[in-house]
Amino acid sequence: MTHLVSIENVDMRYGGASGTLAVADLTFKVDKGEFAAVVGPSGCGKSTLMRLVTGLHIPQAGNVIVAGQHVTEPVSIVGMAFQNPSMLPWRTTLDNILLPLEIVERHRKRLRAHRAEYVEKAEHLLEVVGLKDFGSKYPWQLSGGMQQRANLCRALIHEPQLLMLDEPFGALDAFTREELWCVIRDLHAAQDVTIILVTHDLREAVFLADKILVMSARPGRVLREHRVPFARPRDLEITYDQAFNDVVHQLHGEIANARRAA
Amino acid sequence: MSAVVEDIQRPERSKPLIARIDWVKASPWLYTIALFAIWEASVRVFDLPYTVLPAPSRIFAALYQYWSPIWKNSLQTLYTTTLGFLMAVVGGLALGLFIGWSKVIYAGLYPLMIGFNAVPKVAVVPILVIWFGIGAVPAMLTAFLISFFPIVVNVATGLATIEPETEDVLRALGAKKIDIMLKVGIPRSMPYFFGSLKVAITLAFVGSVVSETVASNYGLGNLMSSAQSQFNVPLVFAGLLALAVEGIVMYSIMAWVEKRMTGWAHRSTMSH
Repeated sequence: MTHLVSIENVDMRYGGASGTLAVADLTFKVDKGEFAAVVGPSGCGKSTLMRLVTGLHIPQAGNVIVAGQHVTEPVSIVGMAFQNPSMLPWRTTLDNILLPLEIVERHRKRLRAHRAEYVEKAEHLLEVVGLKDFGSKYPWQLSGGMQQRANLCRALIHEPQLLMLDEPFGALDAFTREELWCVIRDLHAAQDVTIILVTHDLREAVFLADKILVMSARPGRVLREHRVPFARPRDLEITYDQAFNDVVHQLHGEIANARRAA
Repeated sequence: MSAVVEDIQRPERSKPLIARIDWVKASPWLYTIALFAIWEASVRVFDLPYTVLPAPSRIFAALYQYWSPIWKNSLQTLYTTTLGFLMAVVGGLALGLFIGWSKVIYAGLYPLMIGFNAVPKVAVVPILVIWFGIGAVPAMLTAFLISFFPIVVNVATGLATIEPETEDVLRALGAKKIDIMLKVGIPRSMPYFFGSLKVAITLAFVGSVVSETVASNYGLGNLMSSAQSQFNVPLVFAGLLALAVEGIVMYSIMAWVEKRMTGWAHRSTMSH
């Protein structure tokens, strides 16, 4: 009952009946409020998984159920953030963050009348991610890490129940990445949001997630599900613990096996 | 992209004049003067007859002598070119948005457009004359036809190259095609559009002058072709000079408009 996302025996094939099978017999569940990470060899259909959950793709077989509803069209209860921040350069950072509100049905009608209230909310989010007073700047005036922070704000502004992150920190340097891990960790702790993070970075997955799904090579399916045993709130220091590294090491071995099996 | 000219004021007064000149700003004028100087010198040194290549001094003399017809015909050409160009802007923007709207329309119309663009516009002028008679209308339409293509292609390209991530983010929120076009596609294609205006305006001059040369009683094209039939070569060159000036002026206006409207695209990196 508490599952927010439930994927059952899903097949997704691109390019018609003879096309490539991206995922096969994919099954997993994510509870409400849970933080799930998806790892796997490259080309394992992680991006397909994102697009299935958000309703951008409708599978040929199986069920995708989000918030108790069969997904047959894009579901607006999700926020998305990709590796490419894709901020619109002609809008200020604040206006970029407000963009989803101009789209989502239940907000766009009241945006004009209640603009001040929404701007306040966006400014609060900016403050949470450490971008206070940067709202009036244009995205190209921000560094890559700052753009990615703004990208997170944009993904969260319409108060999504589910946040989908596709390698959001892939293009950042190690220090900025760790800073943003903490931003995500705190956002997850403070807000009632479920997060699915797709990543190549195993340390990132172990540090942030409650549950890690290891996927096989194409066609992708879930090979194993790990519970991450570390208590919250987690400090960056735990990434240097032996227990932490053991989990990372084990995941690494599983993915190496999955690659070999392909 | 435009080079940034740093205007650093040096406090020392003692610097020689040569170091205080902003060479980047001065160079367009210096190069133009140099071109005319070399031209003048070559004509004199090689003793070229003015019926082959008149010296700039002779051209300026012709410009002065025939100032009234040159001025009137320049205005006529400017008028037909600008009207044709404006039609191309409106039509090109509309068709570009239409083509960029969907992949099917893009795929269907693109080959037609290329074929259409490959037809020499000189060959179209006689048809326009049959339809509209000689005069300003065929000139205007030729300017329109020739300058319309780059605008369409650029606007359509701007729309067709929306980042897939941006589209995914918006579609996942329930955005309709029209939302994506209004919020992302159209603003995004504006730098392409304004950039294409610079190309289009120069092409528009080509179109109107070609048409005036073949089929009109007015305009710089007509002036030059009648001057040529009277062997008045300096006047032909004076006409060319007038055209060059009009071209530069209109180009700069378009460049200025581009900068005003889409400054963000010049300061940002529009990569990815």
